[in-house]
Amino acid sequence: MSEPKASVTERKIRVVVAKPGLDGHDRGAKVVARALRDAGMEVIYTGLRQTPEMIAETALQEDADVVGLSVLSGAHMALVPRILELLRLNGQQNVKVFLGGIIPDEDVPRLIEMGVVGVYGPGTITEVIIQDVRQAVSGSAGSSPD
Amino acid sequence: MTLVESVLAGNRLALARLLTLVENGLPEGWAALNELYPHTGKAHRIGITGAPGTGKSSLVNQLALFYRQGGNFTPRRVGVIAVDPSSPFTGGAILGDRVRMRDLAGDPGVFIRSMATRGTLGGLAATTAGMVQVMDAAGFDLILVETVGAGQSEVDIARLAHTTLVVEAPGLGDEIQAIKAGILEIADILVINKADRPGVEATERALRNNLQLAHSAPRSFQHHGHIEVLSEHPQKDPEGSIWTPPILKVVATEGDGIAQLVDAIEQHRKFLEISGERQRRELMRIETELENLLRDTLVARWRTTIDAAQYRAVLNRMAARQVSPWQAVQQLLDGGEG
Repeated sequence: MSEPKASVTERKIRVVVAKPGLDGHDRGAKVVARALRDAGMEVIYTGLRQTPEMIAETALQEDADVVGLSVLSGAHMALVPRILELLRLNGQQNVKVFLGGIIPDEDVPRLIEMGVVGVYGPGTITEVIIQDVRQAVSGSAGSSPD
Repeated sequence: MTLVESVLAGNRLALARLLTLVENGLPEGWAALNELYPHTGKAHRIGITGAPGTGKSSLVNQLALFYRQGGNFTPRRVGVIAVDPSSPFTGGAILGDRVRMRDLAGDPGVFIRSMATRGTLGGLAATTAGMVQVMDAAGFDLILVETVGAGQSEVDIARLAHTTLVVEAPGLGDEIQAIKAGILEIADILVINKADRPGVEATERALRNNLQLAHSAPRSFQHHGHIEVLSEHPQKDPEGSIWTPPILKVVATEGDGIAQLVDAIEQHRKFLEISGERQRRELMRIETELENLLRDTLVARWRTTIDAAQYRAVLNRMAARQVSPWQAVQQLLDGGEG
């Protein structure tokens, strides 16, 4: 209730937070979802046990700018490339993909090479993730024209 | 191909992007709505509202599933718009309705879009109506609009929807809650979800008593000081039939009672057609839409003429209790002393 403002036209960062694969530990995903919400972003939370197809479909329907994945099952080297491929097939190569969970250090360079923007392990400060997401989105035209 | 042409041709990415343009109120979005407008008006719009935790999303999931697979009609294309609240402090939001809609994944005949209220009260976002129009034009026969967890005054959905479902669950409030004005009045169909839980009889009794108390009052809205009559004499339609909201018990997580609910929706749809009520509601909705747009546009236009310093000065005088809000408005509109 201060300056005249046009809140409707404000561009919001839309993030899909998803847990691909079969592990049932969604605490990390929920903490990150909450942190991004508190940073003013719109977080589409999809819940546990999502297939790569479901995640890509959600990212498409929601016109997401960012997809945040949480994998603690060790299956990231199978799941993440598939999700990146599906996003590309759908014409969403501009969507920024972030990954959190238990990811061995030696996998990180390959994941980055594939197109993952950031990889975060346990204990990451949420402020770092928020900064990285903001920077990644502002550095591109995003998924939708401004 | 332009974005609008792609949407009309059934391109899902184009649809998603156009929905974003409309949601953000961007000029391209408005231009697209202009182009799409002649293609709208075909879909049946179903509103789903009710208190938080009554199971609206699960119900939407089952309804969409049934319309796609069940019944003896050809599968209809179903669009879903699910609204969740924005934080009043940060503007952020968790949009979690998809969690309950995973059965719909992988069906190209279903398109689900989540949206945040972005500061709009009333249970919907400011641009929900526009998004519904995009889905309508894109060829979805059925559009399910799920409101935020609504209490007593989030009744905007009744203006937007053809058929409004109000979802209740056992154990929420007593009979006095049921006879208060507001959300129950807008119900075309009352749904008691979680009907396998204790207390379902009491909930049903309270709702039924409430319906019996209800007089067939003209369905009208008191809105911003003027009355919008939705239907002047619902009891005097040409067929002489009156729509009394049925009360249906369902267990959305199991799919129990969904076939009967879809039946009731189809009956209501027929009632709207035969009684002419559909046209009356449509006219009323269009008028509301025009009024809202006029108001927003006038305010926006006025904003461009006002000096920010003057605005702030008036605001400060108001904060210091030197002028009342009404005087402040007068000073701003009359361009009074700054």
